Amino acid sequence: MSENIKTKVAELLSSGQIKGFLGLRSNEGHIGPYLFTNEAELDSLVVGDWKNRGDSRYPLNKCLINIACKYPEDTFGVLVRGCDERGLKALYTWNQLNPNKVVAVGIACPQELADACECLKPYPDECVDDEKAKACEQKAVSSIDALAIADRFALWIREFTKCVKCYGCRDVCPMCFCKECSVGSDDLIHTGQLPPEMPIFHLTRAVHMIGRCIDCGLCNEACPADIPLRTLYKKVADIIDKEFQYRPGYTDAKSPLNVL
Amino acid sequence: MEYKTTLTTCPYCGCGCGFYLESIDGRLVGTIPSKTSPVNKGKLCIKGWNVHEFVQHPNRLTRPLVRKNGELQEVSWDEALDYTADKLRNIKEASGPDSIAFFASAKVSNEENYLLQKFARAGVGTNNIDHCARL
Repeated sequence: MSENIKTKVAELLSSGQIKGFLGLRSNEGHIGPYLFTNEAELDSLVVGDWKNRGDSRYPLNKCLINIACKYPEDTFGVLVRGCDERGLKALYTWNQLNPNKVVAVGIACPQELADACECLKPYPDECVDDEKAKACEQKAVSSIDALAIADRFALWIREFTKCVKCYGCRDVCPMCFCKECSVGSDDLIHTGQLPPEMPIFHLTRAVHMIGRCIDCGLCNEACPADIPLRTLYKKVADIIDKEFQYRPGYTDAKSPLNVL
Repeated sequence: MEYKTTLTTCPYCGCGCGFYLESIDGRLVGTIPSKTSPVNKGKLCIKGWNVHEFVQHPNRLTRPLVRKNGELQEVSWDEALDYTADKLRNIKEASGPDSIAFFASAKVSNEENYLLQKFARAGVGTNNIDHCARL
């Protein structure tokens, strides 16, 4: 798979279409984000496979925003999976990235990864390989939905109780770009206190992610307490889809809640 | 234009979480936990997540300060070390070595902690040495 990406990226770099390619690099036994600026480095480009396929995914769009803020006139390439592409589309609508300055190089996720993510669209619109995994059932959400409402509430409170308020869910989130953060605002929550208020802290973030969360699951992976945040945000996304017929990143349209 | 992701180890505690420090043209802009680090596996605590904030912060002390006439003043390392050594010697002579205690640090290497306890025990002559977390 990565050979096709390398060929594509080499073309983009050599033709001068992009100034650099933000992807993943394997170096000294570790996989991490890296900006490739010349073709000779592409031997070390990987797609984030470590122990399992795609288990070392990183918030590349977030890195791209950092770069684009400093170099808004330059065009950069970025490695995208289905979720990352949804992220790009949503970030364009929120004016956080300029679509004319981003070249996405897409890869489809293997079925194994799609299943683990319960992803609705485990591939970008355009990808260098044709083999696409199938959309998955939302088993995590439906298993919690099947509980009686009191049990459901108890389950979430039990999960939220584990929170150490590291803000990792926010810090890793490629869609968190606000200058003033809702969960960093004393008007909404008590910022300097532990444990966080139950369930207001987590629900404040869940509500704030409406129209933004593109279901990449990086928050879930970054959580030291293994709180199933992805399941929570999937449920919130389902409600918004039902009420407003909108899922962020699945269309080029703006969020219905983006009224300002 | 130079964008770098540098794999390094968190300086805060003894766990040694691995992360990438993002920098653009020599300025730190972000911290990304390493998913392949066996210690933290893509997770960090709140302090680790904010490491990039303090390194180049304008309020960070970069030179030693000594209080002179009630005001903190920047001095050379030689002067600061001479001042500290004089004070420690005076305290030890006046009140004995056990009037001095040392706090080791989780932020430094084993070798540096070894040196500190050696200095406490063999240099000053006290067993009053403890970990910074008890401060």
